[in-house]
Amino acid sequence: MPAESELPPALRLEGVSHAFTSRGRTAAALDGITARAERGAVTGVIGPDGAGKTTLMRLAAGLLQLRSGRIEVLGIDVARNPDDARSRIGYMPQRFGLYEDLTVRENLDLYAKVQNVPRAGREARDGELLHMTGLAPFLSRLAGRLSGGMKQKLGLACTLVRVPEVLLLDEPTVGVDPVSRRELWEIVDHLVRTERMAVVLSTSYLDEAERCRSVLLLHEGRLVGATDPASFAAQVSGRSFHVSAAGTGKRQLQERLARTPGVVDATIQGAFVRVVTESGGQLSAAELSPQATPLTIVPVPPRFEDSFVALLKSSSPATASPGQAIARGETPEENGSRGTPSPPETTGSAGNEPVIFADRLTRRFGSFIAVDAVSFAVRRGEIFGLLGANGAGKSTTFRMLCGLLPPSDGTLRVAGYDLRRAAASARGRIGYMAQKFSLYGDLSVLENLRFFASAYRLLEPHRGARIAWALEEFGLGPHADAVSRELPLGFKQRLALACALMHEPEILFLDEPTSGVDPLARREFWRRINALAESGVTVLVTTHFMEEAEYCDRLAVLAQGKVLAAGDPESLKARARTAERPQPTMEDAFIALLEAASRPRAA
Amino acid sequence: MREPIERLEGLLRKEALQIIRDPSALAIAFLLPAMLLVIFGYGVTLDPHRVPLAVVVEQPDAVAQSFVAQLGGTPYFTPVHFNTIQAADRAFDAREVSGIVWLRANFTRQLASEGAAPIGVIVNGVDANTARLIQGYLQQVWATWLAARSRERGLPQGLPVAVEPRVRFNSAVSSRDYLVPGLIAIVMTLTGALLTALVIAREWERGTLEALMVTRATIREILLAKLLPYFVLGMGGMVATLVLAVTLFGVPFRGSLLVLTGASALFLLAALGMGLLISSVARNQFVAGQIAIIVTFLPAFILSGFVFDIGSMPWAIRLLTHIVAARYFVAILQSLFLAGDVWSVILPNALALGIMALVFLGAARLGARKRLD
Repeated sequence: MPAESELPPALRLEGVSHAFTSRGRTAAALDGITARAERGAVTGVIGPDGAGKTTLMRLAAGLLQLRSGRIEVLGIDVARNPDDARSRIGYMPQRFGLYEDLTVRENLDLYAKVQNVPRAGREARDGELLHMTGLAPFLSRLAGRLSGGMKQKLGLACTLVRVPEVLLLDEPTVGVDPVSRRELWEIVDHLVRTERMAVVLSTSYLDEAERCRSVLLLHEGRLVGATDPASFAAQVSGRSFHVSAAGTGKRQLQERLARTPGVVDATIQGAFVRVVTESGGQLSAAELSPQATPLTIVPVPPRFEDSFVALLKSSSPATASPGQAIARGETPEENGSRGTPSPPETTGSAGNEPVIFADRLTRRFGSFIAVDAVSFAVRRGEIFGLLGANGAGKSTTFRMLCGLLPPSDGTLRVAGYDLRRAAASARGRIGYMAQKFSLYGDLSVLENLRFFASAYRLLEPHRGARIAWALEEFGLGPHADAVSRELPLGFKQRLALACALMHEPEILFLDEPTSGVDPLARREFWRRINALAESGVTVLVTTHFMEEAEYCDRLAVLAQGKVLAAGDPESLKARARTAERPQPTMEDAFIALLEAASRPRAA
Repeated sequence: MREPIERLEGLLRKEALQIIRDPSALAIAFLLPAMLLVIFGYGVTLDPHRVPLAVVVEQPDAVAQSFVAQLGGTPYFTPVHFNTIQAADRAFDAREVSGIVWLRANFTRQLASEGAAPIGVIVNGVDANTARLIQGYLQQVWATWLAARSRERGLPQGLPVAVEPRVRFNSAVSSRDYLVPGLIAIVMTLTGALLTALVIAREWERGTLEALMVTRATIREILLAKLLPYFVLGMGGMVATLVLAVTLFGVPFRGSLLVLTGASALFLLAALGMGLLISSVARNQFVAGQIAIIVTFLPAFILSGFVFDIGSMPWAIRLLTHIVAARYFVAILQSLFLAGDVWSVILPNALALGIMALVFLGAARLGARKRLD
């Protein structure tokens, strides 16, 4: 029997390029990828949305016609023998491939039959799968009634009814809660360890890279790195620090650090600013702080993301630092042309009154309680986060906050208006950026801006001034005539934010604003949001994303419609501190909260 | 051989469970055709029924009264009396009446002297179809009245050649009797295409087809697992519409059930095949539904000969009607319902249906790939 190293690899790509044509235009999805994934290991395909991850997975599964290059699965040419290749592959598409009106058992039976799993041994295999996924108690539940995390596990079980040699998982962890995410990784590790399965897993979460044996880094269709995550992260070893300054707000500090020469990356991480320096760059308090503010600088171990950002920064030209125009003082209050009267409730209350106030907010759909007595208050200029998995009740809360859905019960005030009575008045003070690109794809950038300016009834000359501001501030000037649909994701997001800010709202609602965008665009986006908050805009953000939670001043953790905990990121993390985990992450904190919440029910 | 059967069985079982749990397929198979049949069956009729007709009698004498009584005695017209032609005109312009029958002052005198027809008939040519109908039925009433009058008075009939119409196959000349069988074909075209097109589009939408494609199930098995259950459902829908036609609309059925079943099966295969073909282009239910209506329902409605006579179409369009499956089924159904097993009609049309079923199913099979692009 030949040694494993002599066998053909689990997946081999050689000069693979792929382009999609629509309406006569061609968009490259993959550009000359040459890479391999080893047997008996997890290979991560990592990159932001639009990097080409799904295209790569589908090509490997033979679901797209290969036009140039060569793909082999276990030495089998996929283009020439797709059926042979497929018979050795297990593939889970992004939406898990489940029949929602079939039960857990019926889904498993279906896949067992179409995969011709021999009857002998079927029972043992089923038992093993059900044990592994924890689905045994839910056998007769309809798949559509499962939580996101359980659907994901059932999807995985369905691809595993016949033991594949190569398992392809396309973004299996998107939108599921961190407990399920961790459990999925445990299953994957178990499969690799006990069955010597090769797993190829795509994700846009950079923190998952650290769990892979090796990673393929995709950016805009190109392979920008193929390495093992530890040595990739080690490229920036000694260059990562936690910086904090007594008496300086974390957002001001971050803004200052981000502009300091020699600093590659500065992001807010709870109470600290995480800084990555240029190679050879030593971080000295004196250099960073000419005003001699006392800085505390603590070296921290490098993360995968630090290295990825450093790599992307070195390959792309420096972008103009955003947020300056906002920070310069074009704050909503100081802009005299605004002219909207203050709502009666807030006049004279000296800004102590919360701008967003929810008390025992409840929303029922029939017998289902989507939001269950949720209470929180957001002060002016604060960034407040609603953190939760898909289905936790974030979107429903959000719709009520925007006045799009009436609450079933409870009190809700936004900008001083009771949303039950004056939803329309409140909406004029709200800027809203939806998760999906919700602008007019067929219109150009300028046409979208004009449309939103007129939809908010801005009058000339103010209207022209706002459009000019948007083009300038968001660097959209060179793209003013580009059709919005064809903008890169990062630019779409900028345009969406520009449109949401057209009428200088005092409250900004962001729904999963940076889910799936690349880390550079995410940083740029948050620098803008920070600048807005500094200028007094109140920001409410929903996210299932631990990293976005770190940017918040305070946040409420939601699960199954209830607030599990609320507070600033540091105090939430502090609750999860244990002897063996002195430095818990936001994810650890979230998992600890979910587990604490489910314990009484399980008992 | 055991393995493919096992896979097919798994897929069929899944499809059956889905049909039971999600009533939308049942609604398409039974509710939709029944509703359409009832709506169109009552709405589409080519017989005048109680059409309001202005009657102007300038000199009301016994003869004129007898004709007006004849007019009112038919189920076709409801006479509305006016004293002057001007008043009748106004009502006509206001669309209160659909036509005017005008008996001038010299009506009785002229009738006596020349023995024929001095009545004025005014119909609205804008609605040409109704106008022609009113005209035709008025003439019939007139001829009947003249004949009766001649007989009464022992005179030879006014016309040198007496035309005695004898209508075969639909002796009551009820348009419903020949429209309803045609309607069944139209309604089942839409139902058949929607059944397969929508359920496959649903699998595209939910991402389940993508997962199935990377299993051992072959594309033929996946298609077959769609075709078989929806063939059964479609036949059920067919039975429902046929029963409705006979019971609710009282359409006579003169052919044999065996021939009907065979022809229905062939036709349904063609319709389901069209649906499969649509699903290879349309990947969401909305688009699939739109395409199904445009490429199956509309051509079937206009080009099947169910209401618009194919023989009077220009040759280019007449040529086009040959690719409309409903055309052949309409011919078979009309023959089975109104005449019986007329083999000279049934055989060529059944052959055409068989060819169409083969073509559509074959194209669907060739067009389907285990790929997403």
